[in-house]
Amino acid sequence: MTAELARGQNHPLTEARPEVRVSAGRPVTVGAVLTDEQGRLSGTEGVILPGRPAGPPGVELPGGPDGAEHRVRVDLTALPETVHRVGVVLALPAGQSFGGGPAPFTAVVAPGATGPALVSYTITGLDSESAVVALELYRRQGAWKVRAVGQGYAAGLEALLADHGLTLAEARHLAGPVPAAADGDWLLPSPTPAGGTAVTDSPAASGAFTAQPPPGAGGAGAGGAGVPATPPAVPQSTPPAAPGTPAAASAGPGSPPVSGGGPEVAGAPAHERGGGQPAFPGVPGTPGVPGAPAGAGGPAVPPPPSGGPDGRPAPLDGPGWPAASAGPDAPGTGTAGGGIDYRHRGRTAGAAGGAPGGHAGPGAAAPGGAPGGSGYEGPGAPAEGAAPVAGDAAGWSMEERLYNQVWGMFEDLARAVAAHRGAVEFADGRMDQELDGVLGDYRARSDGTADRARREARARREELVGRAQQVLDQQLAQLRAESDVVEPALPPAYARWESPVWSACRAPEEQPLAVRLGDLSLPESGALRIPLLLRLPLERGLWIDSGQGRSAESLLVTPEERRRLALDMAVALATRLLAAHPPGDFAVEVIDAAGAGARSLAPLSRSGVLAEPPAVGPGAVSGLLARLAGHVDLVQMAVRAGAPESLPPGTDLAQRLLIVHDFPHAFDDRAVTALRYLADEGPRAGVHLLLVADREDAAGFGALLDPLWRSLLRLTPAPEDHLADPWVCHAWTYEPSLPPRDGRTLERVLDQVAAARRR
Amino acid sequence: MTVNMTKGQAISLQKDDGGSLTAVRMGLGWQSAPRRGLFGRRVREIDLDASALLFAGGQLVDVVFFRHLVSDDGSVRHTGDNLVGGAGTGGDDEAILVDLQRVPVHVDKIVFTVNSFTGQTFEEVANAFCRLVDETNGRELARYTLAGGGAYTAQIMAKVHRSGPGWTMTAIGTPSNGRTFQDLLPDISRQL
Repeated sequence: MTAELARGQNHPLTEARPEVRVSAGRPVTVGAVLTDEQGRLSGTEGVILPGRPAGPPGVELPGGPDGAEHRVRVDLTALPETVHRVGVVLALPAGQSFGGGPAPFTAVVAPGATGPALVSYTITGLDSESAVVALELYRRQGAWKVRAVGQGYAAGLEALLADHGLTLAEARHLAGPVPAAADGDWLLPSPTPAGGTAVTDSPAASGAFTAQPPPGAGGAGAGGAGVPATPPAVPQSTPPAAPGTPAAASAGPGSPPVSGGGPEVAGAPAHERGGGQPAFPGVPGTPGVPGAPAGAGGPAVPPPPSGGPDGRPAPLDGPGWPAASAGPDAPGTGTAGGGIDYRHRGRTAGAAGGAPGGHAGPGAAAPGGAPGGSGYEGPGAPAEGAAPVAGDAAGWSMEERLYNQVWGMFEDLARAVAAHRGAVEFADGRMDQELDGVLGDYRARSDGTADRARREARARREELVGRAQQVLDQQLAQLRAESDVVEPALPPAYARWESPVWSACRAPEEQPLAVRLGDLSLPESGALRIPLLLRLPLERGLWIDSGQGRSAESLLVTPEERRRLALDMAVALATRLLAAHPPGDFAVEVIDAAGAGARSLAPLSRSGVLAEPPAVGPGAVSGLLARLAGHVDLVQMAVRAGAPESLPPGTDLAQRLLIVHDFPHAFDDRAVTALRYLADEGPRAGVHLLLVADREDAAGFGALLDPLWRSLLRLTPAPEDHLADPWVCHAWTYEPSLPPRDGRTLERVLDQVAAARRR
Repeated sequence: MTVNMTKGQAISLQKDDGGSLTAVRMGLGWQSAPRRGLFGRRVREIDLDASALLFAGGQLVDVVFFRHLVSDDGSVRHTGDNLVGGAGTGGDDEAILVDLQRVPVHVDKIVFTVNSFTGQTFEEVANAFCRLVDETNGRELARYTLAGGGAYTAQIMAKVHRSGPGWTMTAIGTPSNGRTFQDLLPDISRQL
């Protein structure tokens, strides 16, 4: 049975050696680009075109040098582990566009198959494009999937390659003269009639992706199709890295906003696209600057210790969570991950490169995502109409774009405050120096020069600090404005509990990319709060510290109240995770050894979302721990053996969260060992730990538990500044995200989760 | 059009439309060491490094170079160390991008330098150049041909400094010697 995909849709790929066949009804060049998680080429060897030397193993063009057969044969098992996406590319000879001809048809078939295709996709809606990324095979949590991309480029193959991270020079060289391709041959039995839309009734496809690059839009920095390979030695006419690639053009005014699985983009206005000059165009060909502080977390970086009672801020991992460290088949290494790129995202009108509500094609992730005016105008000169837009960042889906946008805001705030602090520190140091100089000059003490010099020194300090403050205020205002549009657009997994998305929350179809743990702020940031989004699946367990915190707020509440707050927080987080996952994909288990948390846990137990009632008493605790440890063992063995299908029937592969309340009450040495095992090995088998504990209570275990505490991400029920950002290591104040006190929100959401499961 | 600047020449970075310069890029390009035959002389790779030094009132406050790729405030970014050079076709092998509008208020000068980390003098490096580009329009503001520039291992290229509300660039082009920017500091301080 052939699955007909619509643009943006994906489909699991069971065939390890699939073959992609293309029929365009006319001469066309078919090739492939092999890219990393971020969809970036690491060099020209990842570009596979007819007539080019063979690239990495795993992909071949059986048609020979002239590419006559229009096939791409892929051996997914032979691909290097660094390759996460294989894009199938169609390019027309110079001067032609897809607009006039029949819609190209692509299909994925088993090798040598004559029967029906596994997946087919008709690329409709092309117009002035002369190159298109048709399909993409990509790794997702260790398995391969295929996605209908259909991202066209009016400026041809060169722009397409530049968009995937090649420098303009490389792209131009490769694209060069697109060889005159052989006549199109219709390899497939019965292709979908040209022009016939393959839109299915998938909700993901409805309304989405209808936005087409308007003809002629874009191409800001790229030449026409098939520009001869001239050496780009004319620098003044060569904006680097093709900022504003054609792909940046997307939803024109009036196009419906896209919901890439996420909620409607509230308040995302149809944005006028400025062809503005790039103020800070993409860094050519350097995704993930090596060694940079935020270098995507860096696989080599071990999970940083959480801020323990030693008071050291716990570094947050960068947005590019180092999932790669867990091996290529680690969950979460999928298409997501877009590490912080070092471009400054445009934040002004005409800078909406990030395709607000546009297509989810690579255009959004393109370097062109950052064209446009300077992010920050000079002091006192806010750009007119500098309306920020939700989703103004790179990403494949609205969810991913919002995630990257939030991390971008996080970085911007960190850096803006760092600049301000640097300036103030410098001003203070300079004033001190000058005052010292005045003091040392004994001759000046008698007459008035000393006083004058002192006044001048202070005035100079005030002037510099004032200017710094002015710049900071302006940047904060801009970030606040951005936060005001971003917050309402966030999907449930990212949203505040007060957000209206919680009142109209439906069971999602895909796992969320990340989850909001709370809010972050700095002393300078005033009312601005940055959502703390953590990548899913969780790489580390969480620890909600019910002990005496360091902050003034935590001193105001009694120990009992603190414990209750901590458990409430855990319940709220569990509820959020349950609601953000597709029904049945996430399970929650609870250990409440003393039964002390029954009141806080009531919403969970009453709604029936728990698989089993909370484990009370030593017997139940060790039983549950043993069961989970056995599950982890089993899954790990199966994964290691590469045979997940050999798991016994009935094995529940859902992600699960184990809430442990009142640790270490009723824990003997064996139970502690089991818990440590779960903390270490659980995440890779989908078992995640959420500990609600006071470290003092576990003092009896001594240093035995130190590794456990260090391995967990510490959160506090009261605001506390114990988290550090990955860029400049400010100490950020963390505030938990709690549902409204009346408890109704929580209950309603849990009821919905329970109802969705029953269905 | 490319300005082959002479030493000490100052350019006010005013754009044609009256706005001032907002973003500059320092680009550095060179050709990798030629490969020789099996019995040829062993070749050493050539590693040139670009650095940007941020000064406030004559005091060095931050450096962006291959070991510190982003200034603490994020306004100056190095695209990453290139250890071997490129094809020598005119593309930048290393680049430093400066978003002048985001530079902290106390920073008033940014000096760009080039060093030969592997120690070859510019005489031995083929097709080496460094240039400053106005990122807003891709126009080249200054260009130095390093190759054949004499037996030096470093060059203090140019400085960008605040003047009024905007920035001005002054070409320096003073040759020097040193492995990293630290070796150049005495020479640089004379140029501030």
